[in-house]
Amino acid sequence: MGKRVLLIEDEPNIIEAISFILSRDGWTVHTHEDGTSAMAKVLALPPDVIILDVMLPGRSGFDILRDLRDNEVTKATPVMMLTARGQDKDRELAMRLGASLFMTKPFSNEEVRNHVRNLMEA
Amino acid sequence: MSFNALIVIALGYVLLLFTIAFMAERRAARGHSNWLTSPWIYTLSLSIYCTGWTFYGAVGYAARSGLEFVTIYLGPTLVMVGWWWVLRRLVRIGRAQRITSIADMVSSRFGKSTPLGVIVTVISVIAAMPYIALQLQSVTLSFAVFAQTEGVGWEQNDFNFTAFWVAIGLAVFTVIFGTRNLDANERHHGVVIAIAVEAVVKLCALVAVGIFVVWGIAGGPSEMLTRIDQSDIVLWNQESGRWISLIFLSGAAFLCLPRMFQVLVIENADERHLHIASWAFPLYLFMMSLFVVPIAVIGLDLMPAGSNPDLFVLTVPLSEGRSGLAVLSFLGGFSSATSMVIVATIALATMVSNHMVVPFWLYLQGNQQAVISGDVRHVILLSRRLSVAGILLLGFVYYRVSGGGTALAAIGLISFTGSVQILPAMIGGIFWRGATGVGAAAGLITGLVIWVWTLFLPSFGVDAVISQTVMEQGPYGLSWLRPQALFGANGLDPLVHGIVWSMILNTAAFILFSLVTFPAPLERLQGAQFVNVFDHSSAAPAWTGAATGAEDLLIMSQRILGGAEAQAIFEAEALRQGKVGYLPDVTSDFIERLERDLAGSVGAATAHAMIGQLIGGSSVSVEDLIAVADEAAQILEYSNRLEAKSKEQERTARALRAANDKLTALSIQKDSFLSQISHELRTPMTSIRSFSDILRDGVTSDAEHEKYAGIIYDEAVRLTRLLDDLLDLSVLENGQVELRAQTGHLSDLLDRAVRAAGLHEGPLKIIRDRASEDVTLTTDIDRLGQVFINLIANAQKYCDAKAPHLMIKVSEDSTGYLIDFIDNGSGIAPDKQELIFEKFSRVADGSKAGGAGLGLAICREIMQRLGGEVLYLAQSRGAAFRVRLPQVKTTTALEKT
Repeated sequence: MGKRVLLIEDEPNIIEAISFILSRDGWTVHTHEDGTSAMAKVLALPPDVIILDVMLPGRSGFDILRDLRDNEVTKATPVMMLTARGQDKDRELAMRLGASLFMTKPFSNEEVRNHVRNLMEA
Repeated sequence: MSFNALIVIALGYVLLLFTIAFMAERRAARGHSNWLTSPWIYTLSLSIYCTGWTFYGAVGYAARSGLEFVTIYLGPTLVMVGWWWVLRRLVRIGRAQRITSIADMVSSRFGKSTPLGVIVTVISVIAAMPYIALQLQSVTLSFAVFAQTEGVGWEQNDFNFTAFWVAIGLAVFTVIFGTRNLDANERHHGVVIAIAVEAVVKLCALVAVGIFVVWGIAGGPSEMLTRIDQSDIVLWNQESGRWISLIFLSGAAFLCLPRMFQVLVIENADERHLHIASWAFPLYLFMMSLFVVPIAVIGLDLMPAGSNPDLFVLTVPLSEGRSGLAVLSFLGGFSSATSMVIVATIALATMVSNHMVVPFWLYLQGNQQAVISGDVRHVILLSRRLSVAGILLLGFVYYRVSGGGTALAAIGLISFTGSVQILPAMIGGIFWRGATGVGAAAGLITGLVIWVWTLFLPSFGVDAVISQTVMEQGPYGLSWLRPQALFGANGLDPLVHGIVWSMILNTAAFILFSLVTFPAPLERLQGAQFVNVFDHSSAAPAWTGAATGAEDLLIMSQRILGGAEAQAIFEAEALRQGKVGYLPDVTSDFIERLERDLAGSVGAATAHAMIGQLIGGSSVSVEDLIAVADEAAQILEYSNRLEAKSKEQERTARALRAANDKLTALSIQKDSFLSQISHELRTPMTSIRSFSDILRDGVTSDAEHEKYAGIIYDEAVRLTRLLDDLLDLSVLENGQVELRAQTGHLSDLLDRAVRAAGLHEGPLKIIRDRASEDVTLTTDIDRLGQVFINLIANAQKYCDAKAPHLMIKVSEDSTGYLIDFIDNGSGIAPDKQELIFEKFSRVADGSKAGGAGLGLAICREIMQRLGGEVLYLAQSRGAAFRVRLPQVKTTTALEKT
């Protein structure tokens, strides 16, 4: 049983793609599409790595990241932020809030694979 | 006693006066002017009233007309004793208004009128001419007396020669001390001291001669009285009319003669000096007149018949061999004459220069530049010096023309009468607010004309100017215009005749014209200030008896000057007074300074009124209030201008801020628009890239393969639609869109739209009323169809009812057709309804519906182009959109685009 990745993302096609890529790499992929209840899902698992989209229905990815870092259980969990807006200030904000990595869409499958592996090893 | 020695003595005396005057000026310049401005000096300076005419002529007058000479002393005495309040008023006004001469006084009172200044100056100069001539004559005669006793024969040429050089000498002295510099207050310390010395000299001389006569010749007072009783002098019949006229005349002249005005008002250093002068000067006059009758009686007794009684003061001591006394007497007469001429010429030169030369010069300059350039000072001094010379020249000319024949006293009285023509205008001006400049001018001119005709011209002598015929029968046989019997007033004494007519007609004209004319504003203001001078002038020892606390003053000052500055002033004063703390004693000195400080901020009148109110030393007069209102108005106007300016700046700033806000908003909008586009483009691209990557790896099952290829296809379509929408919107927003008007049927159009919306993909049911759709439209059918498709597709995407349906209703109102699209979903939350027509304003969560949030924005743009609108119907239960299509205007709107 591989390590658990939680993918918090609302675009069905992207969920499908990332799930496929990581599953094939030996990860157990959990997905969640809603921002509001994302934190509860995280604490219920909790995952080894989190992939977090910025634009989520209900709650922004940044807010969730802040909560993750404030929480004893998740404060050390590696988090990779995903965004389609691709602006520098988003990257800065993410890193300041304690994201482990920041990835702009679109990405190559290999990028996702390597990043998540690295996060786990680090 | 040689004649030459006398000349040396006279010159020596003049040199002494020069020295005294010079030293006094030096002291004054260094600020040591205490004793120079004592009331005693002031009183002595008033003695220029007693001129050579009084010194020599009074005795002659007594010898010729008995006690009548006393009137000349009684007039001023009565003024000093009984009318000192008039003097005080004149002095106060003079100080408060910075009056420089009697001409200035009248001119200022009547609205700073230049013509009036000129008229008064002309009157004064003409009236002074005989008087100056008189002084030249008295000095010349006194020289002649000495020359004759020495046996030197004097020809007429010698007289003229002496008179000429005396005039030159006086001109030099006057120019040096009278026009040395320009003092703002026209004060001349050197001259005043010199005439005070001369006053002492002439009094001593006359008293010495008198003592010699009473005790040396008559043998004592009782013997003297006996001789007086036996003389003809007491037998003279005294006419009451003449006495009254002469007392009035001398009293009025005391106020109106330019030289008297100069010493009384202009040279006055302190109003309180009048208190001492009011008894000391009459005493001086009394001393001057005490021995007149004894000298006259003895002179008549001793001197041979036909000798000139005007010269008894000199000839009596000489005939008794008392040459020393005679020299003293000579110096007394010399002093009297010179002091009068000096002061008179200073006063007249000031008037001529200020009211005639300088205005004329400024007129010639034609602009204000000269006033600023500082050139003026030079011009004024030069004009004064030339005026001095000119006035003395006129006096000399009068002396030559009149031939020095007339008795001294008679000339003096004629001169007096000329000067007192100013009296009605001056006294009326300071007591009667109704007096006007026109009235003053009318009175002055009337008086001047009558005086010239009845007294001045005849004074040159019979046939000199006015012929004997005219004197007796009137000009052109008009007997009512006879110079000495105007309007048939026969049998009057010529002098009384002249005084009465000139004063009556002068006063009558003044009052009459004042009543029928209306004063100019400036005249009214000046009138109020002159008449009410005691109510609000600050010239007096201002704030004596101050009964207020320093705290009150401090509070008020802080209000005006601001806290820090006011406290600094008070602390500095406290320190100066050697007091501990910050509250000084409220001395009048301090208050005056404080008032000046305040005046710098709020204006003089306001400062005065405010301090006055606190001190209680002076009530606030109507004029104060007017002045305050004036200042307030000015300040108000100023602040209004400031306010207007600042409002303007505020408006500009607001406009700038608005523009800036708009730009910022636009910039934010642009940023967020780009960020949105980025998001909308990247999301499908991510899927495409990711799945094509997976497919390329070739590790997928057939089912997966087909599914992922489908996703790639859908996302590519989504991308294309997004780009189409973006381009469409951009074109619509920029107004570059080309509308093509077509005619179509609404029902057909809706059919096509329903088909195009791809309803087969969902459960949405369309409810239509085809009867209402039977409408033919002329518009851009394709664009309108695009709007319909969008609205139907939205309902399909977002309607969350279990059995979703969309009702399409068509109606018509006065503005055109209304096509409503109403579904049975939960609708749009009220707080989002505003936003739905904005770009990327996807209300529904997520992008399941696949739209980029541009549809409604595009609908809005299209409907705007078509001259209609699309709006959300808030009151509806489900989501409800209304398309309004103008029926009539469609064509015009299309033609325009």
